[in-house]
Amino acid sequence: MKKVLSYSKSEECEVNLNGSDNGNIRYALNSVSTSGGISQNQLVVQSAYGKKSGVATINEFDDASLEKVVKRSEELAKLAPDNPEYVSILGPQTYESDSKTFEAATAAIDAKFRADQVQKSLQIARDNKLTAAGFLENSAGFAAMMNSKGLFAYNTSTNVNFNVTLRTAESTGSGYAIRGYTDVNKLDVAAATQIAAKKATGSAGAKAIEPGKYTVILEPAAGMVLLEQLIFNLDARQAEEGRSFLSKADGKTKQGEKIVDERVTIYSDPHNADLPTSVWTGDGRPQEKINWINKGVVENLYYSRYWAQKKNVKAIPGPDSFIMNGGTSTLEDLIKSTEKGVLVTKLWYIRSVDPQTLLQTGLTRDGTFYIENGQIKFPIKNFRFNESPVIMLNNVDAFGIPERIVSTESNTHALIPPMKLRDFTFTSLSDAI
Amino acid sequence: MKRRDFLYNSGLGVGSLLLPATGLFAKTVPLDQPWTTVDTADRKRMADIALNAAKSKGATYTDVRIGRYLNQFVVTREDKVQNIVNTESYGMGIRVIANGAWGFAATDNMTNDSIAKAAALAVSIAKENSRLLKEPVQLAPQKGYGEVSWKTPIKKNAFDVPIKEKVDLLLNVNGEAMKAGANYITSLTFLVNEQKYFASSEGSYIDQDIHRVWPAFFITTIDSATGKFETRNSLSAPSGMGWEYMDARPEDKIHSATTLYNKSYDMLEDAKAAGRQTGEKLKAKSVEPGKYDLVLDPSHLWLTIHESVGHPTELDRVLGYEANFAGTSFLTLDKWQSKKFNFGNKLINIKADRLQPGSLGAMGYDDEGVKCGEWDLIKDGILVNYQVIRDQAHILGLKQSQGCCYADSWSDVQFQRMPNVSLQPGKEKKSVDDIIKGVEKGIYIVGDGSFSIDQQRYNFQFGGQLFYEIKNGKIAGMLRDVAYQSNTQEFWNSCAAIADARDYRLGGAFGDGKGQPPQSNSVSHGAATARFNGINVINTARKI
Repeated sequence: MKKVLSYSKSEECEVNLNGSDNGNIRYALNSVSTSGGISQNQLVVQSAYGKKSGVATINEFDDASLEKVVKRSEELAKLAPDNPEYVSILGPQTYESDSKTFEAATAAIDAKFRADQVQKSLQIARDNKLTAAGFLENSAGFAAMMNSKGLFAYNTSTNVNFNVTLRTAESTGSGYAIRGYTDVNKLDVAAATQIAAKKATGSAGAKAIEPGKYTVILEPAAGMVLLEQLIFNLDARQAEEGRSFLSKADGKTKQGEKIVDERVTIYSDPHNADLPTSVWTGDGRPQEKINWINKGVVENLYYSRYWAQKKNVKAIPGPDSFIMNGGTSTLEDLIKSTEKGVLVTKLWYIRSVDPQTLLQTGLTRDGTFYIENGQIKFPIKNFRFNESPVIMLNNVDAFGIPERIVSTESNTHALIPPMKLRDFTFTSLSDAI
Repeated sequence: MKRRDFLYNSGLGVGSLLLPATGLFAKTVPLDQPWTTVDTADRKRMADIALNAAKSKGATYTDVRIGRYLNQFVVTREDKVQNIVNTESYGMGIRVIANGAWGFAATDNMTNDSIAKAAALAVSIAKENSRLLKEPVQLAPQKGYGEVSWKTPIKKNAFDVPIKEKVDLLLNVNGEAMKAGANYITSLTFLVNEQKYFASSEGSYIDQDIHRVWPAFFITTIDSATGKFETRNSLSAPSGMGWEYMDARPEDKIHSATTLYNKSYDMLEDAKAAGRQTGEKLKAKSVEPGKYDLVLDPSHLWLTIHESVGHPTELDRVLGYEANFAGTSFLTLDKWQSKKFNFGNKLINIKADRLQPGSLGAMGYDDEGVKCGEWDLIKDGILVNYQVIRDQAHILGLKQSQGCCYADSWSDVQFQRMPNVSLQPGKEKKSVDDIIKGVEKGIYIVGDGSFSIDQQRYNFQFGGQLFYEIKNGKIAGMLRDVAYQSNTQEFWNSCAAIADARDYRLGGAFGDGKGQPPQSNSVSHGAATARFNGINVINTARKI
């Protein structure tokens, strides 16, 4: 990167260097289907003259190529129109000490390891007379940046994700499990497959109950896809421009106001041992512990550097993941304390219906159960819901113990609790299993 | 944060569209670089290295895709240019069968040695996986075509249109929308050029040059007194065309409650209308929930077709290959075998194709070297066929594939993807006005909005861009907070009328998602305006 910067003739130059090795295996109908491996590196150079900037990238690393990519970005910058929202690159930053985002064991995963894991999962499917479909992927990568004002940042990371669906032979029941970790030693493919098997068998022969408002227990895989919609929409500019669920009539926002139950606290922390993330963002800003919602109050919103400069506030970047405080109850405790309710293990096809209220629609999937007098009584048919995470978090009954989960919609990782909520709105029935 | 996008999500605006489409590793290229293709003889030489290397390692079948994927984004908001980016992604994907199992590897290092290594890796992955196989892959026979080529029949290459012309157009569009009352607008032009070279161990060397274009805008208007806001997206259709789509020809306009567009688009006119209509939406009556007869414009109906017909007729879903992610299908093989499953009533005829000019799915050959064609999926309301690739054809007793194999990049393995799936126009002469005239209590819906459907494609919910109340055969003003819910089979059996071929238009999207890791597919859906009786409409307004 120093060499790249030595070729620069522009007023400002910033270099990002990223690379990763990825591998995956996919299976369905109790047999392997597709799999692959891809390894790539990429150099990104941004040059700027005043408010004009240009970006060029390359994946060749000899001296001539490095010189060429710098020249290309400079040519592009000269051709580009002025961007009034261009903000000068950052100088040297102070980052917190590295968080543990890289695990050697995860980086060492190979095709044989993946096939061996799948073999374990398939054996459980066969032992239970179920049909398995699943996916295991791993990645190991690095990210580095350096610029002409002296900023330097570097990070390495690993990740392994596993998810599996088991279905009964006649497709009368279906169960799912999803896991994602930095450290592959925390991944137990067999245990996750066993849980999916139990849900598949237990959900067979579901009965229809009337749609309407129910007390629900959302397992983390289900709650995640609604909570992340809240986090994705904490952008300050959208709110201040008047087009977000946080906007108010007088051009002000709800920042500083209590919008959900006081038991709701959501924050991000790169150093959390169960969910380590990078201590810097792609544009070089430090990532620190930030409270987003504190005891029900919207404490912070995230800013682009341009918008923060315009508003003269600290440019807090959006988080890479988030953590929600919970309670001390297990999922079983939450079920035991429920007189009548619905256990939702997964939600599917989440789409925004109204950005003004954050209303979302979607359906339950892969195991939905009726709870009566503290016990799971019988499996029920899937529902469509129309619900806003803001309304949902005003109807809190109890939270359980947080656990690491991966969003089935966005692949975002988070630590969130199972949630028991009142008056969750189911609007119609689905025949899907 | 990454977001998987099944289809571009209007609510999330531009960011969600741009990021997955470019990909982390797409290369940017200079704005002034000429858009040339890679020499065909050179590609044949590289393909032969891969084919020979795979064979020498024990592959019994190999195909090679050398892809150069070019995208161009010009993005503006209000009075400023936000982003101008040209991206290029170039590399090779090698797919093999060894020991009866599939293996795949990809590389962007196009040296002889690297190509041979990738071929060897694909074979070794296939052999590693063969121990988990229940039965060997069966490929439908496919003759080699020798050296052939196909090109989207464009009139004006959109990549050749100067950036300045695009920027001027978009800034004019923004100005018109804001003059008409919009507070905010993001507008863009998005171009795609897939230069694909396919070679197989069966003797095909297929060179294709595929072009697509999408002009779009997203408008927000705020009522400062109440703090409420409304949005309206453009009514353009992403198209398999060149810059001629922007010609705004008068003969391509349909004048209804709002102006609609067929084979070319008037972006300035649509922006002006949208600026005005967001203001009307703010003042519109909130819908009374209940049963309505819906009159659905093709700019809306394409998405209902996509979700409720396109996806459940994908054979990989029917068989269970997508059980862990995109889902399975209610259109199980027994329903097809019965030859009497009434998917819809007799008005419903739905065809699949990769031929329609101007469609996103148009191409000469699919990504496993099968010549593309057209076939019936639903005939007079009955399920008669699915979407099939080479390793599935034997399951339906077909002698050859239907050409539905596609990969969104050289770096991803090809698999079964949706071709164009289109509702055929009505056989009786009938205009949109004729249809509206017959409706006592209904809603006329224009443009696509929020969309969601279950994993077997029974229960769906759709929003839209514009909702007009129909009272006693006449448009009675605008409604808001509208979404409808239905069940696929009930919905297609409730169809009461379809306008004739004069009203037939294409809609579509770039971001049809499926697979793990997820891939996106570009697909169009044709339809004429159609009426559906007694559909359940809900009110989506909430207080927070």
